[in-house]
Amino acid sequence: MNLDDIYRETILDHNQIPRNKGTLPNPTASVGLLNPTCGDQIRLDVVVADGKITDIRFDGQGCAISMASASMMTEAVKGHSVAEGLALARSFKAFLTGRPSEEDLGELSALEGVSQFPSRVKCATLAHNALEKALDPSKADLDALD
Amino acid sequence: MTIAVQDLKADFPILSRSIHGQRLTYLDSAATSQKPAAVIAAELDYYQKTNANILRSVHTLAEESTLAYAKVRTLTADFIHAQADEVIFTRGTTESINLVARGYGDVHVRPGDNIVLTPLEHHSNLIPWQQLAKRQQADLRYIELRPDGNLSLESARQVIDSRTKMVAIAQVSNVLGTILPVRTVADLAHQAGAVLVVDGAQSVPHQATDVVAMGADFLAFSAHKMCGPTGVGVLWGKMAHLKTMSPVLFGGEMIAYVDRDHATWADIPARFEGGTPNIAGVVGFGAALEYLAEVGMDNVGAYMSHLGALAFQRLQNLSGVTVYGPGPDRGPLVSFNIDGVHPHDVAQAFDAKGVAIRAGHHCAQPLMHWLGVNATARASFYLYNDIDDIDVLVDAIESTKRYFAR
Ligand SMILES: Cc1ncc(COP(=O)(O)O)c(C=O)c1O
Repeated sequence: MNLDDIYRETILDHNQIPRNKGTLPNPTASVGLLNPTCGDQIRLDVVVADGKITDIRFDGQGCAISMASASMMTEAVKGHSVAEGLALARSFKAFLTGRPSEEDLGELSALEGVSQFPSRVKCATLAHNALEKALDPSKADLDALD
Repeated sequence: MTIAVQDLKADFPILSRSIHGQRLTYLDSAATSQKPAAVIAAELDYYQKTNANILRSVHTLAEESTLAYAKVRTLTADFIHAQADEVIFTRGTTESINLVARGYGDVHVRPGDNIVLTPLEHHSNLIPWQQLAKRQQADLRYIELRPDGNLSLESARQVIDSRTKMVAIAQVSNVLGTILPVRTVADLAHQAGAVLVVDGAQSVPHQATDVVAMGADFLAFSAHKMCGPTGVGVLWGKMAHLKTMSPVLFGGEMIAYVDRDHATWADIPARFEGGTPNIAGVVGFGAALEYLAEVGMDNVGAYMSHLGALAFQRLQNLSGVTVYGPGPDRGPLVSFNIDGVHPHDVAQAFDAKGVAIRAGHHCAQPLMHWLGVNATARASFYLYNDIDDIDVLVDAIESTKRYFAR
């Protein structure tokens, strides 16, 4: 196995220079999620106005896979509609579990290499699960931190 | 060393496997050990020649099966210097500790009593006590660690008091490798009128065990971490304590007499082993105990201390690497972090080289909080590892540093 198949340039780049990292002063939704295998936490703040994701930030520490995935996801959904954000999260998760995706995943498709490692799929999908919970209150449940 | 490791390696079929085209270097024995061919053969042989339920039927297979199961109870007792009827078979350490927390704890712990733990416990030796404390309105107390990860005896003297009913500690930490002063804590517990439960999951596989010398009242451990199959564990308890315990798993095999409204219990230990046990697993565990006895647990103990100390010294000298826990005097494992690289990414990079380590919180989140990290990488050893494996570990660390620094 070639490690570069997992850690593609884009992934290392987003890990080293994460986009939209930090918190937002007045989020309309804020979700905390825990990766149970490593104890890493991610916090996702979003501002939704008129059905649109006008601002989004993630915070926390984690592995290169989870940080890069969060960073790419925020870039992909910022400025898009709530429906588009939810569709992206759904497609990305399907993509990593070996089902065909309906969406163009853009940079996120660089995470393809983790699909053969179920424990790493959890790292890659953490931010996307947080996005779903932030955009769709019916998805919020007990494992949210606050 | 008195162990001819090269010969031992050949006993473990899985070690000749390749991973991503490279020789497997298995450094995750603290999670589960690999199994020698003799153990695998014993389970297969049992199913092919002996299989029958125990304690039920009078036919030859059932008698042989019952005898085979009983023989392993004796082997287990001999292995830890106990009596056979004090040995209860469970599914593993987790079930053993749950059994003592419910069976003994619910009988003896009253509101206002306290249960004493340490911050380095595996969740298996923590959550059952949290739950017991909630059920009985008891307090949980912690013996603190010294900055080097060793147990503070000063703290032990402070927290164990006349309201302490149970003290539960690991003999060896699965994260720091800390060796806990079990005998001293046993004396403190006994002076306070409390019983000591020892989590032996990381110690019984790696050193000679004498429950009497240790001063424990209960000892829990898992077969799968000592060359045996998964799904088998042991709870040993002093007979005087077992007699005061109530069973927690009700059903077949654990009763003496049953009518419509009442039941009486079978003798100890059958009383605590409701239902059909993992007979084939126990038989395989017997083969594991024989295998370890043949190598000699004193030899295993000396060799594991040697590997643990060597690994610690080698890793401690690496730049950009943080090694956790006490000095070289430790169990055969080293937890570490590489600066700027998350342990999951470390483990992924190691896997690409065929090196299996664990990364995560190691089921010890309060200890992670104490260390101030979310997770660590951990390399752990067993009797089939050698100095070459430590070289492989060091090389893997160096190449991982380079890979993520690009
Ligand atoms: C110190 C310690 N206690 C308890 C356990 C739990 O053992 P098991 O999962 O076999 O029940 C482990 C192993 O993971 C351990 O290392």
